[in-house]
Amino acid sequence: MRRHALILTALFATACLSTPHSAAQATDWKQVPIPPLHVFHPQQPKRVELPNGMVIFLQEDHELPLIDGTARIRGGSRSEPASKTGMLDMYGEVWRTGGTKSQTGDQLDDFLEVRAAKVETNNTADSTTISWSCLKGDLDDVFQVFIDLLRNPEFRADKLELAQREMADSISRRNDDVGDIAGRESLKLAYGKDNPYARQAEYATIAAVTRQDLLDWHHAHVYPNNVILGMVGDFDANVLEAKLRQVFGDWAKGPAAKAPVIQFTPAKPGYYLIPKSDVNQSNIRMVELGIRRDNPDYFAAQVFNEAFGGGFAARLVQSIRTAKGLAYSVGGGIGSAFDHVGVVRLAMGTKSGSTVEAIQGLYEEIDKLKTNPISDDEIARAKDSILNSFIFNFDSPEKVLREKMAYEFYGYPPDFLERFRSAIEKVQKADVERVVTKYLHKDQLAVLVVGNTSEFDKPLSSLGAVTNVDIAIPPPPGEKEEAPAATPGQ
Amino acid sequence: MKRRFPAILITVFAVTLAAAQDIASFEKRITLKKLDNGLTVLICERPEAPVFSFYTHVDAGSAQDPLGKTGLAHMFEHMAFKGTDKIGTKDYAAEKAALAKVETAYAAYLEERDKRIGRDEQKLKQFEAAWQSAVKDANQYVIPNQFDEILERNGGENINASTNEDETNYFYSLPENRLELWAYLDSERFMHPVMREFYKERNVVIEERRMRTDSNPIGRLLEQFTTAAFQASQYHRPTIGWMSDLNSFSATDAQKFFDEYYVPSNMVVTVVGDVKTADAMPIIAKYFGRIPSHAKPDDRTTTEPPQNSERRVVLREQSQPLYLEGYHRPDYRSPDDAVYDAIADLMSEGRTSRLYRALVRDQKIASYSAGFTGLPGNKYPHLFAFYAFPLPGHKPDDMAGPIHAEIDKLKKEDISDDELKMIRTRAKADLIRGLDSNSGLAFQLGINQARYDDWRELFRQVDRIDKITKADIRRVANQTFTANNRTVGIIETAAPPSAEASQGGAQ
Repeated sequence: MRRHALILTALFATACLSTPHSAAQATDWKQVPIPPLHVFHPQQPKRVELPNGMVIFLQEDHELPLIDGTARIRGGSRSEPASKTGMLDMYGEVWRTGGTKSQTGDQLDDFLEVRAAKVETNNTADSTTISWSCLKGDLDDVFQVFIDLLRNPEFRADKLELAQREMADSISRRNDDVGDIAGRESLKLAYGKDNPYARQAEYATIAAVTRQDLLDWHHAHVYPNNVILGMVGDFDANVLEAKLRQVFGDWAKGPAAKAPVIQFTPAKPGYYLIPKSDVNQSNIRMVELGIRRDNPDYFAAQVFNEAFGGGFAARLVQSIRTAKGLAYSVGGGIGSAFDHVGVVRLAMGTKSGSTVEAIQGLYEEIDKLKTNPISDDEIARAKDSILNSFIFNFDSPEKVLREKMAYEFYGYPPDFLERFRSAIEKVQKADVERVVTKYLHKDQLAVLVVGNTSEFDKPLSSLGAVTNVDIAIPPPPGEKEEAPAATPGQ
Repeated sequence: MKRRFPAILITVFAVTLAAAQDIASFEKRITLKKLDNGLTVLICERPEAPVFSFYTHVDAGSAQDPLGKTGLAHMFEHMAFKGTDKIGTKDYAAEKAALAKVETAYAAYLEERDKRIGRDEQKLKQFEAAWQSAVKDANQYVIPNQFDEILERNGGENINASTNEDETNYFYSLPENRLELWAYLDSERFMHPVMREFYKERNVVIEERRMRTDSNPIGRLLEQFTTAAFQASQYHRPTIGWMSDLNSFSATDAQKFFDEYYVPSNMVVTVVGDVKTADAMPIIAKYFGRIPSHAKPDDRTTTEPPQNSERRVVLREQSQPLYLEGYHRPDYRSPDDAVYDAIADLMSEGRTSRLYRALVRDQKIASYSAGFTGLPGNKYPHLFAFYAFPLPGHKPDDMAGPIHAEIDKLKKEDISDDELKMIRTRAKADLIRGLDSNSGLAFQLGINQARYDDWRELFRQVDRIDKITKADIRRVANQTFTANNRTVGIIETAAPPSAEASQGGAQ
């Protein structure tokens, strides 16, 4: 389809402001005129680096009278001790709910909610965040809550107990949803069950967390040189910069957060089974280790993903869903992450009675990648899809800010998105074949099935040796009933 | 409240909230046109980036599913992605004839299958084989998923649709230079939809039912609960459809549903983004104006009679407990609609909410508790619901007393000035926050236009909340939250499955 070649170059091309529409009405989609895209230079946030190492991005957006901000701080749950797994989840909650030295969390709730404002804290594997959202007229008030929480959090014990109760509840409920089970357990198969990205909190590990642990974590990590602050909204960036320099200027540097060394120990290839008698659909996951986003193969992998498991035109949907009617939800591809390997994953749900048939269907699609490699046509389609929707990566000032903050955090070049675009354009058939051979191995996959074994079309063991995965929840230490909440951290 | 924060004031931001300034600006950016065929077009210029989003509201949902054909509105939504007489086919004339044969063969199979007396198993097998062979024959003309492929290849983003009890929604985003392509594709699919690959897609929908309802304890509870709460109203029936209906209805049924309900006067098409109304409106009018008009379908519905006894649904599951209760309330046009919104906000929003503070923070019996309105829809009289997730060691029935105590407070005591202020401010802020994306704005404007025949109602919601008094909240609470008007749904944890059942597949 030659139309598309024109469109690609038009994406960032020079001015072509008029969009003459054909007077005639198209009777075939191929006849519909596609004028060049409006020229667009997405607004870049202002980057400020303070002498103490704090990095600030300021992105003006005057459309609505709102101001939002997020501080991302290096260090997250991948660095917590295994014996206290879940500690950062509680830190991410109690940081906010536990209040500051001068205000309880409840007082902050009252203060903020009457302004329809939010200040919330959170955590991920590699960082913690404190963010706010407010009407611009309330920025003074809300920003002070933000600063107070950043500098003087109190982590009050009653809120740690509350967080422990909530976590105990979520542990007790974690086997209720088959999709959740499949996601969680397949990650353990891909990374290893003790891997910090995959391991899970237990009653005992959350009960082991004390208030002092949270205070210690805070004091070990929250320093300007570990913080990236981003703000977007209805403000003047220059005025704001001056103010922020004043606010944060005398904040002393601290030790730089260190990224931990993390082991990835994938489970042995083969079949893994979690029987669940209260469902009529099997959740199937096939996993192995994927790639990092700074891998030069990342771009070809993206094209492959789009062609193989991306949208409705992709092979997995075409075959498993559309042609065979075996699934509502099916997809897959070579997964990636910024600073550690992602997961190669094929995933689907199918009725219990077609479980083995569906696994074989997925295998056939993997085999076909050799006998009938992704064609030039499929690659052209995948590239069109990625490149024509590329604009949606930066169609709002907030998205641009988010991208820039992520590149800053992970040490990627600030123009990674532009590089991505040109790298995608260059991907060829041979590149896709190479990444398929290199990263997707039928005989290396750990295949997990969560389902109702009594209804399977054939036993899973007809495909090979099966390991049963025990997902029984280890009971809380000590007495059964009140357990985790009864041992608050003091 | 006194503030005792360090003196780091960024005084430059001491501006007052003047949100209304932006509301007026929408008048200038929004154009409404009713086409000759009855279809409503709304365009909102928002030139933030060279993209646009659209949202098509079709005023037909699962409430319109015919008797014995639950799930049909949702099924048609899936079929709307199967292409047209020009998209998705190698030879439409031949395909059309082949699809007609599929329907004849399926009707013969169905007739035999559903015979009460004298079903001939041999014949049934033959009919099934003939039907499957007709399906296979028709499939040779199909270019699968071509409609999606064109959209994906042209940069389509979030290409999707949804069906609920009240309506069917179609939406996605594209680069702005694809406006005419969109107008062509999305008008064609409502002019010449083709029911190709229908029976395969029906299996996909059945998998969707297994995922959302059958294999999900909360899905099972909601289905049973809603079915119990509504007896006469069409809300009695699940949107996804009952399994036996899904295994019965035909492509002919789906086509009939389309013919009856996809009338231009039942449709509101909203476009938001980098478009110039002067250029875009003629294009949209040109393409969507082609959809033939005919009379609106009969929209009479059965009104749910007053509920005069408490109803109770108890599911004994392997999963953890849950408590849910619902009370009948009038539809969205009720003068008290905003009062219900205010109650939902007061009871549920954030850590200052009454249910959070009572059940989670103070009594320490639940991990979460909230109330909400609009179950399962809101176009017709529906439910206001409360729910709680009991903490380990607490039973679902333990939730009822504390929730009712909070309800009693609503009935007997005025809410505070601070609470009223909070509700009003949050309504304004929520409105503003909802305006920050093309897709969100398209949805908000479109649904308000469809429901009130005036998109401005989106902004008037705030005025309605502003007018609510403390007495309104007491009055509506007293009127609605009564024992006889209540349906309770519970998940109780039953014994775990036997070891035998859980080992089956490993051998």
